[in-house]
Amino acid sequence: MSEVILATQGLQKSFGALKATDDVSIDLRPGEIHAIIGPNGAGKSTLIAQICGALASDTGRVELLDRDVTALNTEQRARAGLGRTFQISALAMEDSVEDNVRLGAIGAMGSPWNVFRPVSRSADVVARANDALERVGLTGARETRCADLSHGQRRQLEVAVALTLEPKAFVMDEPMAGLGADGSKTMTGFLDGLRDEAPILLVEHDMDAVFALADRISVLVYGKIIATGTVSDIRASDAVRTAYLGENA
Amino acid sequence: MLTLLIIEQVLNGLQFGVMLFLMAAGLTLIFGVMGLINLAHGSLYMVGAFAAAWVAGATGSFLLALIAALAAAAAAGALVEVLVIRRLYKAAHLDQVLATFALILIFSEGTRWIFGSFPLFLDVPSYLSGPITLPGGIAYPLYRLVLIGIGIAVALGLWWLTARTRLGIQIRAGENDREMIAALGVDISRLYTLVFALGAALAGLAGALVGAIQSVQVGMGEPVLILAFVVIVIGGIGSIRGAFVGAMLVGLTDTLGGVFLPELFKLFMESGAATQTGSSLASMSVYILMSIVLIWRPSGLFGVRA
Amino acid sequence: MIREGVINWAILLGLVALPLWAVFADEIFTITLTTRVVILALAAVGLNIALGIGGMVSFGHAAFFGLGGYAMGILAYHAQTYAALDFGIVEIEGTKSMPVIWLVATAISALAAWLIGLLSLRTTGVYFIMITLAFGQMFYYFAISWGAYGGEDGLSIYVRNGFPGLNTLVPIQFFGLCFVALCVALILQWRLRGSSFGLTLNAARQTPERVETVGLNPMKLKLLAFVISGAITGLAGALFADLNRFVSPAMFSWQLSGELIILIIIGGVGRLMGPVIGAMIFVALEHWLGGLTDFWHVYLGAILLFIVLFSRGGVIGFLTGKEGPHV
Repeated sequence: MSEVILATQGLQKSFGALKATDDVSIDLRPGEIHAIIGPNGAGKSTLIAQICGALASDTGRVELLDRDVTALNTEQRARAGLGRTFQISALAMEDSVEDNVRLGAIGAMGSPWNVFRPVSRSADVVARANDALERVGLTGARETRCADLSHGQRRQLEVAVALTLEPKAFVMDEPMAGLGADGSKTMTGFLDGLRDEAPILLVEHDMDAVFALADRISVLVYGKIIATGTVSDIRASDAVRTAYLGENA
Repeated sequence: MLTLLIIEQVLNGLQFGVMLFLMAAGLTLIFGVMGLINLAHGSLYMVGAFAAAWVAGATGSFLLALIAALAAAAAAGALVEVLVIRRLYKAAHLDQVLATFALILIFSEGTRWIFGSFPLFLDVPSYLSGPITLPGGIAYPLYRLVLIGIGIAVALGLWWLTARTRLGIQIRAGENDREMIAALGVDISRLYTLVFALGAALAGLAGALVGAIQSVQVGMGEPVLILAFVVIVIGGIGSIRGAFVGAMLVGLTDTLGGVFLPELFKLFMESGAATQTGSSLASMSVYILMSIVLIWRPSGLFGVRA
Repeated sequence: MIREGVINWAILLGLVALPLWAVFADEIFTITLTTRVVILALAAVGLNIALGIGGMVSFGHAAFFGLGGYAMGILAYHAQTYAALDFGIVEIEGTKSMPVIWLVATAISALAAWLIGLLSLRTTGVYFIMITLAFGQMFYYFAISWGAYGGEDGLSIYVRNGFPGLNTLVPIQFFGLCFVALCVALILQWRLRGSSFGLTLNAARQTPERVETVGLNPMKLKLLAFVISGAITGLAGALFADLNRFVSPAMFSWQLSGELIILIIIGGVGRLMGPVIGAMIFVALEHWLGGLTDFWHVYLGAILLFIVLFSRGGVIGFLTGKEGPHV
């Protein structure tokens, strides 16, 4: 297996005069959780959009398993092995929890073209969807309309949809956002076990979760990576202190 | 001979174009500021034409007729905005389409109720009728030249209004950030009513002006409305400049295509078939133009990507 | 609140019972009127797949309705004048056979839907509404200016086309034929909604970025839905032409596109039987209100305004107490 699963090289994106991301080079290695932290407006969401193909980069490359995927769009990158979760849930709110994970399973199988056979008779889709629901603990809510889910359950469902894809790398945008202390703890435990399946690029504001989970942390400030290292490296970094706490802290 | 024909048809195209612009400007303004697609805009055009024909019939004055058209369409627009339209600003496009489609039904049948099914006629006043000789010896109807003049004057006026006046600043701000301008103390619902009435008045003016060269009847607004939609889609929805460019393109394409395409096909087809093919193609030409523009730029020429 | 399944069967039952009663009561006109309901419902079922499930607000479905109508008109015209259709390279005989006409109508509408969809789906929102409207108009003006098939006056077909084993001139037999076509389309819509395709299409309406993120192309999904939708509406057009034994550019008119949307809104967007109950109410209004006053469109407009402003979900939504999909 390759030493690096997912990598960006010199990614840049400007909106007018504002450089949202500036020369961002990061990588994600097998079995690790690599957290991206940074203050609001640092460019984290832009970076995720660039990595997943939702936003075209001005310059730079994205590589997945040594393959240059820069020219691919979102759906092609998903098929190449990127599993993304959204910060603001992008779920089919009118549909049931089950339908939402089945969507993922259908996508993973690349089989949306049957217009006549009920989904429930596609054994492989059903099995894959049920499996993902069970792993995140949503089996009991399978019939619930997505709009009626609690905020925490939606986060779980986001992760479940990504699981159905069996991706080579996860890219998760704030999976802890809005979860209570308990929910956050459960999710942390779950992600901890997930890293053996596929590494996780984790954008997260919850510092407890980040410090508990991350093998490495990169700090993004004003679109630039100012430091990358282990938890203790980052805790000790002057650059990070300056960025977070002000000039002469 | 051919040059004369071309110049004459280009003028006809421009005249058609500026009238489309009067319609399209209101549509695009209303969409840009309030995010509303208003199918009933053609009804306001019809209201203007009927008001003008009725007042001209009663008083004999064309000028009074135009003023009546502006006033009636603006009043109808303001009324509809207050009663119905303002409930639709936050609604889905489908709801807007349906509700304004319902308004067309009500306006059309209501007008038929009042004025009957027979067309009314509005005459070009004597001081504007007859041909005028242009430099180069081209005789061209004076009234049509006046229409071009009025259209260009309105375009300049709108540019001045949006670029240079307090109202224009509010309109442009309303396009970008309605919460912010509401927070700054602008009465947003009054602004919306005003913009809607302004768009309506322009449509009414167009209806009255065109009513003098065509008959005034129920249903006259819809063909123009659809062409005005084509215009703003080509120009980019929300852009007045786009509406102007789009209107000229559509006006010229439609007019020149209708005249010259059959002639063009006669060069390599037998006459009957050429006229058939040419005129069929000409009737579709503006829609073909629109599809080409949209393939090239899915948000129109001056549109911003949503 | 009543279960949707119960309502659906009741509607279908009513739709069969009415013309059967009319046969015994010798009310031929009622059969014709019900046949009109069935055909409009079929056209709206087509649109409902694009609009209700796929979220594509097509304001140009009259294009497919008209194409189906003209496919019937042109083939039958050539059959009744015994002049072959001359395509330059090949000559094709006209036909009075319904199965052949239906096949042609469906195929041509599907092809047109594919082309229109391919271009229109590059755009979204208001642009999509307007570009589909414009394509509809394009066909409308083409039909008006194409003198060979009647131009503005349209084409009359003297004898209704035939179906093997049936006498289509008997109103109830023609009704039966149309009713079967509607049932087939309803079964297709029902199965489609529950299939992998329906599931992904429905998700593409609500959250296209999610559909991309699981590796699917929402545009391709919508395009297929648009093609199926156009084909069904095209078939309805062929039947409609046979009902009236007449085709005219009015079948392409934008009012017709608008009416098809109205049917669906009255009945309930995205609901299986929404188009059917919508068509029943629409034709009833057209008939009864139209008989009472020449200005019945005023009332139709008022009813429509009321539904849009105050009663989302249409009749089915009202009866089941569930709002249904948002478009």
